[in-house]
Amino acid sequence: MNFDPTYRSQKFRSVGTRPRRPDGIDKVTGRARYGADFNMPGQLVGRILRSPHAHARIVRIDTARAEAVKGVKAIVTASDLPDLTNGNQSLFNILDNCMARSKVLYDGHAVAAVAAIDANAAKQALKLIEVEYEVLPHVVDVDAAMLPDAPLIDKTLFTGGVEPTPETPSNVALRSEFGHGDIESGFAQADIVVERSYRTEQTHQGYIEPHACVASCNSDGTAELWVCTQGHFVFRQTCADLLGLDVSKLRVTSSEIGGGFGGKTHVWVEPVALALSRKAGRPVKLVMSREEVFRASGPTSATSIDVKIGARKDGTITAAAANLRYTNGPYADIWAELGAMTSFACYDLENVKTVGFEVLVNRPKVAAYRAPSAPMAAFAVESTIDELAQELGMDPVEFRIQNAASEGTKSSYGPVYGPIGIGPTLEAAQSHPHVKAPLGPNQGRGMACGFWFNFGGQTCTDLNVNVDGTVTLAVGTVDVGGSRASLSLIAAEELGIAYEDVKAVVADTATLGYNDMTDGSRGTFSSSMATISAARNAIGVMRHRAALQWDIPVEDVTWEDGNAKASGEKYGNLSPLSIKEIAAASGNTGGPIAGHSEMVADGAGVSFATHICDVEVDPETGSTRIVRYTVIQDAGKAVHPAYVEGQYQGGAAQGIGWALNEEYIYGEDGRLQNPGFLDYRIPVCSDLPMIDTQILEIPNPNHPYGVRGVGETSIVPPLAAIANAISNAVGIRMTHIPMSPPRILAALNRERNQ
Amino acid sequence: MVSVPVSTTINSDEVEFLCRADESLLDVLRNRLGLMGAKEGCGTGDCGACSVIMDGRIVCSCLVLGAEAEGRTIETIEGMADGNELHPLQKKFIEHAALQCGICTPGFLMAAKALLDANPDPTEEEIRFWLAGNLCRCTGYDKIVRAVADAAQEMRGKRA
Repeated sequence: MNFDPTYRSQKFRSVGTRPRRPDGIDKVTGRARYGADFNMPGQLVGRILRSPHAHARIVRIDTARAEAVKGVKAIVTASDLPDLTNGNQSLFNILDNCMARSKVLYDGHAVAAVAAIDANAAKQALKLIEVEYEVLPHVVDVDAAMLPDAPLIDKTLFTGGVEPTPETPSNVALRSEFGHGDIESGFAQADIVVERSYRTEQTHQGYIEPHACVASCNSDGTAELWVCTQGHFVFRQTCADLLGLDVSKLRVTSSEIGGGFGGKTHVWVEPVALALSRKAGRPVKLVMSREEVFRASGPTSATSIDVKIGARKDGTITAAAANLRYTNGPYADIWAELGAMTSFACYDLENVKTVGFEVLVNRPKVAAYRAPSAPMAAFAVESTIDELAQELGMDPVEFRIQNAASEGTKSSYGPVYGPIGIGPTLEAAQSHPHVKAPLGPNQGRGMACGFWFNFGGQTCTDLNVNVDGTVTLAVGTVDVGGSRASLSLIAAEELGIAYEDVKAVVADTATLGYNDMTDGSRGTFSSSMATISAARNAIGVMRHRAALQWDIPVEDVTWEDGNAKASGEKYGNLSPLSIKEIAAASGNTGGPIAGHSEMVADGAGVSFATHICDVEVDPETGSTRIVRYTVIQDAGKAVHPAYVEGQYQGGAAQGIGWALNEEYIYGEDGRLQNPGFLDYRIPVCSDLPMIDTQILEIPNPNHPYGVRGVGETSIVPPLAAIANAISNAVGIRMTHIPMSPPRILAALNRERNQ
Repeated sequence: MVSVPVSTTINSDEVEFLCRADESLLDVLRNRLGLMGAKEGCGTGDCGACSVIMDGRIVCSCLVLGAEAEGRTIETIEGMADGNELHPLQKKFIEHAALQCGICTPGFLMAAKALLDANPDPTEEEIRFWLAGNLCRCTGYDKIVRAVADAAQEMRGKRA
């Protein structure tokens, strides 16, 4: 059936309320089952042996002594995961990352795996696997990796996106460029130009649940995988490709997910668990330790960024440019490209140019982390904008309002914007009581803006009307933060029934059509669009059934508030048929009632936020405390406002950790020195104040209810907002993230000694 | 390695089990007793996802040996509700949307219960410092602190 996704203004009954989430009781009683909470009969314990070297050739692996350990049932190395990738480089990179083939490329790279009857046997076997390495020179720093004499990660890599292609290999995988106009003439028109260089260190998503799965391969080629993932359909495809399984024969069930933030969009141990199970002939449970999570999964890019912005005295930006260098880990991806696209997305610029460089280093493969690549670019740009406003003697909010993008602006990365929220969030900031509140000694205030694209993507949903008139909604996007509640609200709204009469579940890969991952803030956006479509299809069926019961033409049956109604005076004596009555009669009117929906959910509305932050800097220790924090963000339409606020607060908290504490610290030997929560310190409860939120609703014209994704943008502004606040508090411009006490103290001491 | 026989009380039930001398209480709860509400987020006592109450004191069960449970009284998340009647903290966590992914929630609830058992009227600062041993990566703690304060208020009302 044709589905019209166009936004139509309406008065909502369910959407916008704050009911209890359907998975709440399971999660407060300990009953919810996460990745590590599932067991199968005869299950073995899997463990992985990881490289202690940042870069080395694997000369020899001898597993004989390990195989002799009592209780060991299977050992796999790269030879047990033959290359079936058929020239697909990105798939090969996933395979090579799951199990190193000829070289190990970072500290923590997997080289072998064991399945044994218990953890002790598995651990003992790991110790007895002999790996002979030829250690190679390594490089972990982004700028050092770009130098001509840097150790090469991949000797066959020649920079793409450059004409002509270079004749010598390098660690720069790809150059990308965005923008329009002529920046040289733009800078020539400027009265003031500010040019600065920035660095940000590598951070981890820091989900509290380590990666975990249970894999079971049968001798008939069928297999099952229970796993914590942001996208079980994508995991199914990747695992089937890497193991040579038929997609239909691999059934993947997503567990409850204990945080992902992008880090669970990639397979890490799952293909290895399947390979172990295939070899052992028994199910295998493989759970990463926290140390493994840090060393071998997830992190975001470390970056080095140059920004140059020019403006006239009247406050008009005349030109803006950025050069962005992002670590990718040892495999080429598009992280700098995303940074280059998002850098100046908040502004209406005549002349703009951004250039991104993907840089390979001996660090773990970079994974998406909430609005991936945008926070670092925003840190550099929004810090420079702040300094420029200062030089111009303008209020930083007013300066941004004057240059903000609006409907019709050609964005710095290409598309022309529809209705957007950057202007409104800035205006809300301007009139927010926070900006007028008094500041104490050593305190300062900063603000910054952020942007994220939001994605849509392939989505499939089933809506079943049960015989008692209640509804079961099966979706294929993993619920990472309350989407079963928001999608139940959407179904209730469209059908005109109570929220409590809808039960939403995340279906496994065998029972629903393909869905892309829950990424790009797409979960509620795309699955709600598919749910509305499925509900409308179910309503179509129910109108038809009512028409049959009444023996009138279906065109004369309308749907209002959960009831079929016969329209027109000639049917004056027909009382409405409720969904319960239609469902109860369904066995005699044509059978079960369902609505299905398959679509590519296009038109995810772009998202903008403005954050305001007060800090207090201790001049003796360099320690920074967040005193007050306000998030203002456009949600399009907040389906379940409590969980929208939760997304705003959670993203801000992650950004605060990134800004002030979190970083990967490598030794001279290229080994990660802080792979644990003690030394990689994420914000704890006593570090933070309440995080105030203001939800703006500028409807997305491409969604029936106006919904935009809300999950990611909130992590984009904090780095710059806090840097700007620190600058305001103590008069020093911090250009290196994290702004940890030693860095701030060093900057204060430099200032004092000048 | 010879197993150690242990007799203990968990959620008011007398429980006996055998465990290895080097086995953590967390592994015993999860792997031997089927009490999987306590989660392993780190295994080093840094995240609090495995928090349980032992003889009235909040502990990371990953840092306690199974054998140390001998003769003790242990409370886990599975024993927090009274049958179908949720503890006020559990109700308030749901009501305030104080969980997103929920993996840290059992640990937070146990830590918050230990707090309110010791201090029925905590300030915001006391709540924040008491819960500083439990990591949450989703919420920014805002709604957790509010839920705990609200539960404390409700429980005080009932006592009065």
